[in-house]
Amino acid sequence: MSAVTAPVADRALMTYVLRLADTALVLAQRLSAWIGHSPAIEEDLGCANIALDLLGQARLLYAYAGELEGAGRTEDDFAYLREECDFLNATMAELPNGDFGQTIVRQCLLDLWRLELFERLTQSTDVRLAQIAAKAVKEIRYHVRYSSGWLVRLGDGTDESHQRVAKALTTLWPYVTEWFAEDAMEQALTERGVAPSVAAVQVGFETRLAPILRDATLTRPVDVDYRWFGKRSQHSEHLGHLLADLQSLHRAHPGAQW
Amino acid sequence: MYTQGLLEAIPKAVSALEDSERMARFQARIDAEEKIEPKDWMPDAYRQTLIRQISQHAHSEIVGMLPEGNWISRAPSLLRKSILIAKVQDEGGHGAYLYSAAETLGIARSELIDQLLSGRAKYSSIFNYPTPSWADIAAIGWLVDGAAIMNQIPLCRCSYGPYARAMVRVCKEESFHQRQGYHAMLSLARGTPAQQRMAQDALNRWWWPALMMFGPPDTASQHTAVSVRWKIKRFTNDELRQKFVDFTVPQAQFLGLTLPDAQLQQAADGHYQIGPLDWSEFNAVLKGNGPCNAERIAERRAAHADGAWVRAAAIAHAAKRAARAVA
Ligand SMILES: [Fe+2]
Ligand SMILES: [Fe+2]
Repeated sequence: MSAVTAPVADRALMTYVLRLADTALVLAQRLSAWIGHSPAIEEDLGCANIALDLLGQARLLYAYAGELEGAGRTEDDFAYLREECDFLNATMAELPNGDFGQTIVRQCLLDLWRLELFERLTQSTDVRLAQIAAKAVKEIRYHVRYSSGWLVRLGDGTDESHQRVAKALTTLWPYVTEWFAEDAMEQALTERGVAPSVAAVQVGFETRLAPILRDATLTRPVDVDYRWFGKRSQHSEHLGHLLADLQSLHRAHPGAQW
Repeated sequence: MYTQGLLEAIPKAVSALEDSERMARFQARIDAEEKIEPKDWMPDAYRQTLIRQISQHAHSEIVGMLPEGNWISRAPSLLRKSILIAKVQDEGGHGAYLYSAAETLGIARSELIDQLLSGRAKYSSIFNYPTPSWADIAAIGWLVDGAAIMNQIPLCRCSYGPYARAMVRVCKEESFHQRQGYHAMLSLARGTPAQQRMAQDALNRWWWPALMMFGPPDTASQHTAVSVRWKIKRFTNDELRQKFVDFTVPQAQFLGLTLPDAQLQQAADGHYQIGPLDWSEFNAVLKGNGPCNAERIAERRAAHADGAWVRAAAIAHAAKRAARAVA
């Protein structure tokens, strides 16, 4: 069940779908750790809501990846029985929550990127992907409202809250670069009309981000050299721990039904 | 349910100062099954009893998120993970909804939360038990939510309107939780030997605490009478406990699990008779000496303290916006 070895008709598409699925799952896992521990009940509910949406998106995408592969792998096989070197999520999703401010910065950046990406995926020549994106976009719009609302509140709140989110933004910014460093596989999928142009997504992301940062009285950090390529399985040290936790019970009972 | 600490907290009696005529009209409305609404006159003891009961219920929902939240990250399938997150989210929603109902009686949520964090308010002792295994999540849904429904269905007809209406919505979700919990338990009971062992172990640990959720036996409960007269309570603790036992024993039999009660037997009238409950344990947990009392409150306090700067920022930002809107 580990590495993808079977011949797959459309390996690139399957890989692309797994990237989307893994980012959604890993982010849901992180976000759900706030439930019961957030600053207020409303935030417990908000984090739970978004985590549930992300989990739902991951499940649809895993199911589709399994069909593309045609080897009978289920959503749980993908989520629970792959190693960290098989995971293709964007690195930012796996970073620890930090304080609520860091979680909000991470969420807002990922939400804005995913909104741009999924809005364009609704026009994909791949009908299944377009359908999944159409459902997800409605959810991600709400996620953006939630996370950008909090980013503005914290950025333009107290001195302490401003400093906290400003620091988080600087810490997290290098992980944005990966999203817009187009690789050959993405390029090929864009040429087929399956995936949107990475450059167009980047422009849309920057356009959406600018007024939010302005309202939050935050400054867009300068781009720096990037080191992480989670989408090509080059992960931080954090993913292994996340997966150890996520997969532990499932792996302790091979073949069990739950 | 969720309100067993009420016994020591109920005000002694209706104040003699309350106007007896208004009091008679109030009782007449209750006897006529009319709902009492926030702006209506009500005896102070009625108000205080409801504040305590509703806020304890709210606290229980919030603290109850912790033992189940313990398994969100490790839920064994993506489906079970979704179900669990949605359930814990529902409980948080119940908490928020119930705090709002309590606020209609003239007390602020922040004051109620202070009472919880300072240890002055009680919450259901059931949430002071640990969840060391996945089967505990199934057992909580099946038994704890199951007991909650037994207690709360009569509350849908509670004389206080906002509480009754809150309970209608809460009960719908609790019965959904109960079915999901039972289904999760069924998967374990029909599963591998290791899963079956897990299920039996959880049942052994949750059965007696679940029965104690209904509160002390009627013989030891002096406050039922006034609550019944005011239609805050409609059945006694023992009546509700018996309903729960009669409902649950056949379910355990269907699962093929053994209830940890050697004296359990079915009487000629069809009701199941249980062995004696260990009230000394109940009282120990109620007094704060349960396995997780300290941890639960410490976690709630930590979340509240860690979130202080976030709440302060939200208030500061709202003030800035208001100032800009005026300018
Ligand atoms: Fe609840
Ligand atoms: Fe529940």
